[in-house]
Amino acid sequence: MRRRDFLYITGLGAGASMLPSLNTFGNLISVEEALTPIDVKLKKQMADVALNAAKAKGASYADVRIGRYLNQVVATRDTRVENVANSESYGLGVRVLANGSWGFAATNNMDNSSIAKAAELAVAIAKGNAKLMSEPVQLAAQKGYGDVSWKTPLEVNAFEVPIPQKVELLLSVNNEALKGGAKYISSNLFMVNEQKYFASTEGSYIDQDIHRIWPNFTVTKIDSASGKFETRNALSAPMGMGFEYLTPKDDEKIKGGPVTMYKKRYDMFEDVKEATVHVSEKLKAKPVPAGKYDLVLDPSHLFLTIHESVGHPTELDRVLGYEANYAGTSFLTLDKWESKKFNFGSDQVDVIADKLEVGSLGAVGYDDEGVKCGTWDIIKKGILVNYQTIRDQAHILGLKESQGCCYADSWDSIQFQRMPNVSLAPDNTALTAAEMVKDVEKGIYMFGRNSYSIDQQRYNFQFSAQLAYEVKDGKIVGMFKDAAYQSNTQEFWNACAKRCGKNDYRLGGTFSDGKGQPSQVSAVSHGSATTRFNGVKVINTGSKLG
Amino acid sequence: MAILSKEEAQAILKKVLSFSKAESCEVSLNGSNGGNIRYARNAVSTAGQIDVMSLSVNSTFGKKTGSASINEFDDASLKKVVSRAEELAKLAPENPEFMPLLGPQTFDESATYNATTAAITPDTRAEMVGKSLGVAKAANLDAAGFLENSTRFNSVMNSKGLFAYNKSTNVSFSVTIRNKEGTGSGYVEQDFNDLNKMDVLALSKIAASKATGSAGAKAIEPGKYTVILEPLAASDILSNMFRGFDARSADEGRSFMSKKGGGTRLGEQLFSENVNIYSDPMNPELPSATWSGDGLALKRTDWVKNGVVKNLAYSRFWAEKKGVAPLPFGRSMVIEGGTQSLQDLIKSTEKGILVTRFWYIRSVDPQTLLLTGLTRDGTFYIENGEIKFPIKNFRFNESPVIMLNNVEALGKPVRTGSGMIPPMKIKDFTFSSLSDAV
Repeated sequence: MRRRDFLYITGLGAGASMLPSLNTFGNLISVEEALTPIDVKLKKQMADVALNAAKAKGASYADVRIGRYLNQVVATRDTRVENVANSESYGLGVRVLANGSWGFAATNNMDNSSIAKAAELAVAIAKGNAKLMSEPVQLAAQKGYGDVSWKTPLEVNAFEVPIPQKVELLLSVNNEALKGGAKYISSNLFMVNEQKYFASTEGSYIDQDIHRIWPNFTVTKIDSASGKFETRNALSAPMGMGFEYLTPKDDEKIKGGPVTMYKKRYDMFEDVKEATVHVSEKLKAKPVPAGKYDLVLDPSHLFLTIHESVGHPTELDRVLGYEANYAGTSFLTLDKWESKKFNFGSDQVDVIADKLEVGSLGAVGYDDEGVKCGTWDIIKKGILVNYQTIRDQAHILGLKESQGCCYADSWDSIQFQRMPNVSLAPDNTALTAAEMVKDVEKGIYMFGRNSYSIDQQRYNFQFSAQLAYEVKDGKIVGMFKDAAYQSNTQEFWNACAKRCGKNDYRLGGTFSDGKGQPSQVSAVSHGSATTRFNGVKVINTGSKLG
Repeated sequence: MAILSKEEAQAILKKVLSFSKAESCEVSLNGSNGGNIRYARNAVSTAGQIDVMSLSVNSTFGKKTGSASINEFDDASLKKVVSRAEELAKLAPENPEFMPLLGPQTFDESATYNATTAAITPDTRAEMVGKSLGVAKAANLDAAGFLENSTRFNSVMNSKGLFAYNKSTNVSFSVTIRNKEGTGSGYVEQDFNDLNKMDVLALSKIAASKATGSAGAKAIEPGKYTVILEPLAASDILSNMFRGFDARSADEGRSFMSKKGGGTRLGEQLFSENVNIYSDPMNPELPSATWSGDGLALKRTDWVKNGVVKNLAYSRFWAEKKGVAPLPFGRSMVIEGGTQSLQDLIKSTEKGILVTRFWYIRSVDPQTLLLTGLTRDGTFYIENGEIKFPIKNFRFNESPVIMLNNVEALGKPVRTGSGMIPPMKIKDFTFSSLSDAV
């Protein structure tokens, strides 16, 4: 899904009708059609047409991705259904190396002649651009795996759950909020199924069936006297799971704090009930006095800080300058890695890159250039030890093989380096969040993502939360409004004082990490336990119009 | 290939409608072909070409609508997509906000298509990128850039007789040029319908000179400053405000356009008197399609006149509910300015900061439209009418609504980002912290 389409569908791009062009997003299809995959034999046959045509025209390497990307959106507002759509985007993209340069072409005409033509066009583009290369592309060795497959482990395929059941769930959630005095409530379910087939001239034929789900809502209340409004979004996480994520389980909940927290099962009813109360509290909350605070950050919030300040600066393509014209570069330059002593953070900071964690958005068997996935350390006891990379950049780190971070968001997008799950390891103790709060004299306890902004080299950031509780002498004493923290990445991670234990570990994530030109989105998770950061600068973002 | 003429599109749409058994039916047919080339570290990194065409059908019975789409165009496929939309409509929940289809409308002929742009080949793109790389290499700098062109058509027809068609071309170019030490960075971006207006060489030279000129930046204290925003910087911020000109969210009390106690701020003096904003699909520098997504004609519309909010956009549903005429959002926003150049604005400034562009802008408070973000790719200190030295990037926390109350001068508008935007001199712009990023 392109970022623009995604924003359009989710309504996050309010005023989407102002977009400069009309976009179509895939084809709208019936549920039955969505549940009928393309025959693997046919995919292999089409893939061979592309690979053979590319080789015949002189490609030294070629890979082909046949993608069927299914999306289902159920969107409701208040007492009505706003949108139910199933869509499919199906086509083929072929990438070739010729004369040391990459070329790519894509088509959704799936007859043999169109496929061969796309492959030939890709070779012509590669050859045409070879004169603009400073050195030929160096591809890390990769063995062919033959015919293999991988599937997201799931209990219930969300596409098999009847739409009326989903509509009923969301409308009941809305009803709960309206009963609690919400002025407006919107709730949505997004479901994604990527049916991806990869084949290369190295002899891999990889068939994968990948599922993701994201329930979300926004509760709004308005104080008519002051004209002020406040909102609270769901504290759910987008997950690499089936519909079972929406069946609550008591042992997947953490209770006892100001907010119920969810692990791998989510209770949308319970969360919306709490949210409705929270919005009233937000309307009455006291403005935060600016100053230094100890921050206790819940994983539903911390995931995005990890994403922006650890995930992005350790992307090797950013470090090297491949994203200089768009997403930016990185302060974590190669000399810092080579020194083996750059203290990114305190000794509490162990960060792991991972493409396997069950339930995460980044979990796949193989990446989009046919590399089997794994896990590795990025930050070890606060020291930068590694990056994230793909086949044509691995040699720069002296690696013999890729780390499997290649991804394209569609058959017509060119695959490139994307972030794996990047997670902060929990502590080895059994420390709970409630116990962590008891030690804090002057602090703020934050939940949920809100406004987030960071510079193009990932030094200076400003983040805010859905909920910010004031902590005084070890107790939660009320709610703050207009609280945002501003810090510098290295300073912030060196202020990391304590992590809760494994029992508190949870995943957060995003469906729409944007990078690349043309812009592509990617879904990625970040795990952590509740974590404490000492002495962070907090500003008051309250403002007034004349 | 995928670009159909008006007549070709019309013929397919008519045929699809002839298969419809629904009470009402709307069909749209869209296609595009285009290519792109991306470069970094002074060499090409990726390049590709993509052609797509797709047909969508919306069938309605009562207030129940079903949608389906397809990318095959033989009769059997067209029949299939129509019957699929009709089946889905019968299963769909009622949409209480459904609006009956519009009848025939009259649209102006747009000026969005250019034959030279439509004829761009992979070789044209490679040649243009070669020029940009030449600038960087000659100055011992590093270039990373992106060039993309597309030709597209959009068409829609409904069972009440509405037909609309538009064909357009676009070419867009952006480049970041950095010095080898990573201490200086410059950026330009530009898009046009007409390739002949695109001067990749001149644009790359601007980025190169900013890369060299921004090296060795000094830190100055954050605080309130007079700023001169280049058109791109102004556009980065203001594009976040244009979306707020929506009557429904204002009426519902959740926008900076909402009035305390209910209603909207339509008719209020919300900005400085020298602020005038309009949209015009026939603007020769920034042409757009002449119809909106819901089939209404787009005409020149004043949004802000002498600082007063003159119009808010009303969807057909919201307009009927409020008893007013519907008004679609404009696609080509123009902020009027004067005749002064960017250099003139710098010359007239005693102390101030010149901003090339902003980055990572996010809403902090939707009620006041308070935004945060950072400067990027060339920030300079101005004293006594001259650029004195480059300065380190800042984070800002500022609302475009407040900003447009502090306008000291507006220069000559140019096509950039989201519209025709002038360079702007703004007083009391709030920078909240420093960033080490280059």
